[in-house]
Amino acid sequence: MPKTVAEKILSRVAARDAKVGDLVIVPVSRVMVHDSVIDAVIAGLRDLGRERVWDTTKVAVFVDHAAPAPTPVVADSHRVLREWVRAQGIATFYDAGEGVCHQIMVEEGYCEPGTVIVGSDSHSNSYGAVGAFGAGMGATDIAVALALGRTWLRVPESIKVTFTGKPRKGVTMKDAIMRVVREIGTDGARYACVEFHGAGSLPQGDRITLAGMTTEMGAKAGIVVGTPEAPDWLFPDRGAAYANEVIVDLSTLEPQIAVPPRVDQVVNVSEAVGQPVDVVFLGSCTNGRLVDMRQAAAVLRGRRISPEVRLEVVPSSRRQFEDAMADGTLLSLSAAGAVIGSSGCGPCLGRTGGVLAGQEICLSTANRNYRGRMGSADASIFIGSPYVAAVAALTGVIDDPRPYLEASDAEFDDLVARRRAERTGRGAASVRSGDRSRELMVAAARSGVAAEIDD
Amino acid sequence: MSRAWVFGDDLDTDQIVPGRYAPFMVGQDKFHTYAFCDARPEFAKAVRPGDVLVGGENFGCGSSREYAVAALAKHGIGGIVAKSFARIFFRNCINLGIPVLESESALGVVRDGDAVTLDLSAGLLRAPAGDARLRPLAPFAQEILGAGGVVAYLREHGDFPPLA
Repeated sequence: MPKTVAEKILSRVAARDAKVGDLVIVPVSRVMVHDSVIDAVIAGLRDLGRERVWDTTKVAVFVDHAAPAPTPVVADSHRVLREWVRAQGIATFYDAGEGVCHQIMVEEGYCEPGTVIVGSDSHSNSYGAVGAFGAGMGATDIAVALALGRTWLRVPESIKVTFTGKPRKGVTMKDAIMRVVREIGTDGARYACVEFHGAGSLPQGDRITLAGMTTEMGAKAGIVVGTPEAPDWLFPDRGAAYANEVIVDLSTLEPQIAVPPRVDQVVNVSEAVGQPVDVVFLGSCTNGRLVDMRQAAAVLRGRRISPEVRLEVVPSSRRQFEDAMADGTLLSLSAAGAVIGSSGCGPCLGRTGGVLAGQEICLSTANRNYRGRMGSADASIFIGSPYVAAVAALTGVIDDPRPYLEASDAEFDDLVARRRAERTGRGAASVRSGDRSRELMVAAARSGVAAEIDD
Repeated sequence: MSRAWVFGDDLDTDQIVPGRYAPFMVGQDKFHTYAFCDARPEFAKAVRPGDVLVGGENFGCGSSREYAVAALAKHGIGGIVAKSFARIFFRNCINLGIPVLESESALGVVRDGDAVTLDLSAGLLRAPAGDARLRPLAPFAQEILGAGGVVAYLREHGDFPPLA
């Protein structure tokens, strides 16, 4: 029988012929554990009667979900985590400020293509960016995997997603994956593996955006086919059977917006134009990389964001943070009025950083907009690309970023003024210390952002 | 007899226990008292051991957070019957010993507050308006549930149940 990529990986690691629907018990090549589940994981191991993890070299531990610790309770939990890491002798440990687990797992090379990796966070699907079968699991499953070095899986059906064409300027793979979520729905890939075709040669960051967002369709895993990291055998057989197929033509795609409180309630940006926002969050494992920050800086062009909007930028890892520092991107974002947070999950899940108040409206580049996700249950979260986020920060409303990228300086100022005028009666205008925006922007431009801005 | 608590489609883990009330945030002894605090504020006080949750499609979607299930286990939930379950939630329930059963008809038959009986051996959820048929679980999952969860199973047997 011709096999999908999921069937190939699971057949290989289970050392048997694995078909859709089979239960298999498989070795894992790595287990990812993060701070917010550590108490339950340690308790699980203790209850299992296994004090030691099965292989300290195959465990990666991260403090990222509420980091640096926002409360004494969380700080105590982090202390327990560090003591456990030391007692176990786990070397692959990334403390607060190093970044989001998924970004580090992929960019630092902890994800072996063609193997199974389980992680304590639901977005562990991200490891499919380099061809690994990454699956998120709960604390007890993680404790069992840490004890045995194995896990059980039902061999999933696969859904084939094919991208064709090239996106126009101002349209990103975030828009592409939101379009896919719109087609498939929040449970349309339940128990399934989403196999991406036509995306293997994209930059690694775009592939993380794609694979990680498969979680929002209920998928067990999301795997990008044909990546440079993948071994030769990691492709589906001709004639492999798929439960569903979706084709997205990138060349005609518009920027996409997910409307609260559902990730699959996705509209073209033209249908959301004028929607006011109070807070903009640029970050997360989905869109917190250098390229995302550069896209935002390219929109801002040395201007200041709306005085009534808060913009929070949280680079997804120290590597991304430092790259954005070195080329002036962070300087230009700060000069525009952004708050820059230390690398980590940040406000994506409402545990630390700028949480939302009741009635507040946020435009986030992250992956989820459930009720209560980023703070108050009475806040609303729209999701979009970094370009959309930057325009929302600039104008205080959702708008199509493409005209801003094409406009002359005079046209640009006119666009911004018109949108700002539409937004009334929200928030209060903040003084942005000093007025050095232009001057800092010039300095930043000299060190690298210029090319992007002049595009 | 137990009470049925009926929910709709796409009940996410943030609604079961909002992230701000994670054990990580409020401590291990309190988090379950916030179960459904936004969606069903009366739940945590009124729920009784053995009560059954009934839902629609994609029950338990969202985050992998197991404490959503741990909160339900602490309240002694006797089982969850839904049209379909989110995958991580489904595994978490099996692991923590809460029977999770798919049923096409339960949501149409059971009303919130009904006195119901979850009859696992007959594969039925019995309600005043009729019985809802439950899809049988894989023997592998039944074995784990029978032991009261995966930790108890592994302690007793040292390894996963044999695959069929």
